[in-house]
Amino acid sequence: MSELLGQTPSQTVGPYYTLRLFREGENVLVRQGHPGRIVIQGRVLDGDRKPIEDALLEIWQANSVGRYRHPDDPRELALDNGFTGFGRAITDFETGEYRFETVKPGRVPDAEGAFQAPHISLIVQGRGMLNPVFTRIYFSDEDEANRDDLILRGLPAARRGSLIAELVEAAEYRFDVLFQGDDETVFFDF
Amino acid sequence: MSEPVIRHYGPKAYADHPPFSYPDYRSTVKRSPTHDLIRIVQTLSETTGPGPAWTEISEEDTDLTTNTGTGNPAIGERIIVTGRVLDENGHGLPETVVEIWQPNASGRYAHWRETEFPAPLDPNFVGVGQCLTNDQGGYRFTTIKPGPYPWGNHPNAWRPSHIHFSIMGPSLGTRLVTQMYFPGDPLIPLDPIFNSAPPHARSRMIAAYDHEVTEANWALGYRWDIILRGELATPMDEGDD
Repeated sequence: MSELLGQTPSQTVGPYYTLRLFREGENVLVRQGHPGRIVIQGRVLDGDRKPIEDALLEIWQANSVGRYRHPDDPRELALDNGFTGFGRAITDFETGEYRFETVKPGRVPDAEGAFQAPHISLIVQGRGMLNPVFTRIYFSDEDEANRDDLILRGLPAARRGSLIAELVEAAEYRFDVLFQGDDETVFFDF
Repeated sequence: MSEPVIRHYGPKAYADHPPFSYPDYRSTVKRSPTHDLIRIVQTLSETTGPGPAWTEISEEDTDLTTNTGTGNPAIGERIIVTGRVLDENGHGLPETVVEIWQPNASGRYAHWRETEFPAPLDPNFVGVGQCLTNDQGGYRFTTIKPGPYPWGNHPNAWRPSHIHFSIMGPSLGTRLVTQMYFPGDPLIPLDPIFNSAPPHARSRMIAAYDHEVTEANWALGYRWDIILRGELATPMDEGDD
């Protein structure tokens, strides 16, 4: 077997990443009035439950019919014009709140030939974070699909809730990312 | 062709990356997970990623010495930084967005949060750029050598000169943000962010001076390759126990 080249080590984005890694509007994947539009907002909280005021959140998701805009997903499902499935948001320096405007993704295949519950992949980075953390946003109004989801089922019951965005108003969800403590958000390695 | 392709990416080599909590870099202590990461089987959600779609909507912007549009060149030591984005199997990754940001020659970021370091701003330098890799995975920027700057981590703390690099790569798990350092910088061994990487992997973050890249009467050249996770070279045969 051939020797692998060593992976370049991860480093923090530092405090100045908004120079390049966030531009106005990158957190808005669909405009108001778009069918199926949802809003997800929340905060990223540190081990003292203080808001992290300089976090970068990146989402990756399928479109509303469950297709990823990616060459490895050639399934015959419609792609929405202009919808990439990628978004970036930053936490507000004063309030610590982030906000995405997107659509709820459709279901995508799981590792055993069934379908996963609707979910959005989320990468969180920030000053003071030497590696990105990877998590998933599920939805509180998808109880039945969540119950069958292979990845949620594989988690300790007490930690599943950390991945479920709560529907707080019509089409508006809250999802906080928590570091440390019993209620820490589940972070994945894959 | 309508079946999704599920690639088998090798693991993130955590032994080659910094730990989440590295107390010498103080801010990591409260901003790091304390539970173990939970290992999951890769699905289409992990083996796809935003890289290709991000490439579709991104444009090249590779000359940081002129990209403010003022018509005047930035001040400082002009340099060329070039190299390849590769996966760990040695395959160049074409059509990949490489985003960079950095301070100016005085070590000052053109960012509203930088209010304490009394170094001059350069109206002709913002310090941001992006490149799309070519069919060999190659990228190339012309920029100004960034200056070192102080930070509040500990008394008399200075960051060595560095350029921030951000790469999506082909899948969710290939996401990498890192920093490129310059050879011979005496601040490197004093820097807790550099030192957060394990000793055997630290040199992978330091560019090499390359006289072949240097352009006569124009700019010094540095070469630096970036290595991302790759597909497992020998995927397991499903029929083989």
